[in-house]
Amino acid sequence: MKKKDIIRKSVIGLFGIMILVVSGIAFYQHRHMTEPVVVSDYVSRVKTLGDYFDKIKGTINDCNLYFLEGKEPGGTLLVLGGSHPEEPAGRLASWIIAENAEMQKGRIIVVMSANRSGTTVTRPSGAYPASYTITTEWGGQTFRMGDRWSNPLDQWPDPEVFIHYPSGQNLAYVDIRNLNRAWPGRANGTLTEKTCYAFMNLIKDEKVDIVIDLHEAELQYPVINTIVAHENGQELATLVSMMITDFEGFSIGTEFSPRNLHGLSHREIGDHSDAISLLFEAPEPFLDATRGITGVEQLLEGKDEFVVKAGEHGLLYAPIDENGWPVDVRVGRHTSTILQTIESWNEFFPGKEIYCSNVPRYSEVIENGVGAYLKNPEGANPSKIFYE
Amino acid sequence: MEILNSIISVSYYVLAAFIVGLIIYNLIRSKDWKEEVLLVIILIPFLLRIFLLK
Repeated sequence: MKKKDIIRKSVIGLFGIMILVVSGIAFYQHRHMTEPVVVSDYVSRVKTLGDYFDKIKGTINDCNLYFLEGKEPGGTLLVLGGSHPEEPAGRLASWIIAENAEMQKGRIIVVMSANRSGTTVTRPSGAYPASYTITTEWGGQTFRMGDRWSNPLDQWPDPEVFIHYPSGQNLAYVDIRNLNRAWPGRANGTLTEKTCYAFMNLIKDEKVDIVIDLHEAELQYPVINTIVAHENGQELATLVSMMITDFEGFSIGTEFSPRNLHGLSHREIGDHSDAISLLFEAPEPFLDATRGITGVEQLLEGKDEFVVKAGEHGLLYAPIDENGWPVDVRVGRHTSTILQTIESWNEFFPGKEIYCSNVPRYSEVIENGVGAYLKNPEGANPSKIFYE
Repeated sequence: MEILNSIISVSYYVLAAFIVGLIIYNLIRSKDWKEEVLLVIILIPFLLRIFLLK
């Protein structure tokens, strides 16, 4: 090889190494970034998902489980945030509960990173931001932006077709890494299936009465602004929908979980346990295919002129105007719907009530912002700080 | 099932490493700077994968 060829190849190689190092550092930081949680005084213990299934112990999906317990025994509610980590309102709503809720009776088990692997990656070629910051009085708290699916670094490759277990139903190949297509999971399956299997063990071992799976959806998706309910939760969901629509200042519908669509939490948890399974959907224009710039501002403010234009052409299943769907509105919808679910549960099941307070409702979250309910880890009691 | 998943996953990493080797081999043999730039760009995602970064 001639000297000039060596010099040319070295320069081009260095150029490549530079890109590799810069991108590699960014990806490494995203995957290893930690998020502090300053738990409420009513969090009596923090376990991890691996405590319910050995094969999850020590894996990236060995997520924290925050047990908020009242002095009196009552019902048990499991709140799943982060099933789809590209839908931040679910994680933020669960964060607010874990940091603020005060329990008088019963238990709430809070999960913020149900698919923790999915919080460490964003959609390939999606140009998603790696993180976003919620402004607070003490500065701000930064969260990982995630993806709908588990990180391919943790589960790879995908098959041509995903055959759901145990139904045998064929699903999209990529959904083999989708936590909300892998329920009820399997003990010797993929990481995502094992994660669902561990959650099923948790639900059975802790005798969970209600499971609420928090999501957001694009406005071009028909299942939006709604509660999707297994048949065992239809009455509860209907009452919640009526009460919310009458008293909370926003409307939310109900949809019944299709019996022949498998892998989703609202179907499989109800089918394979005694728990009532509900799934909440809030609107997130960030996910719409016709969106404009996919940035933090769009994610948090929920404003997008192209999605508005799609609405003018009748292509949306939820309204949108120049005010968009700010994250405060989306999180407030979730907290109010959770609180109303608890209140309606208490009416249906006396003796198994859940009483909690100090969780903000829709109007309060909008008025004060999500940041008002996030605790400052600086100066907090170290025994109360955990990391997601 | 678990063993099969592990074998397939490891096989794909071996495959990715093999392709890295092929790209580097072609990079060394190439005489065209445009092709070399292209090969370096193609190389990056494979390296990120085998270094468990992306």
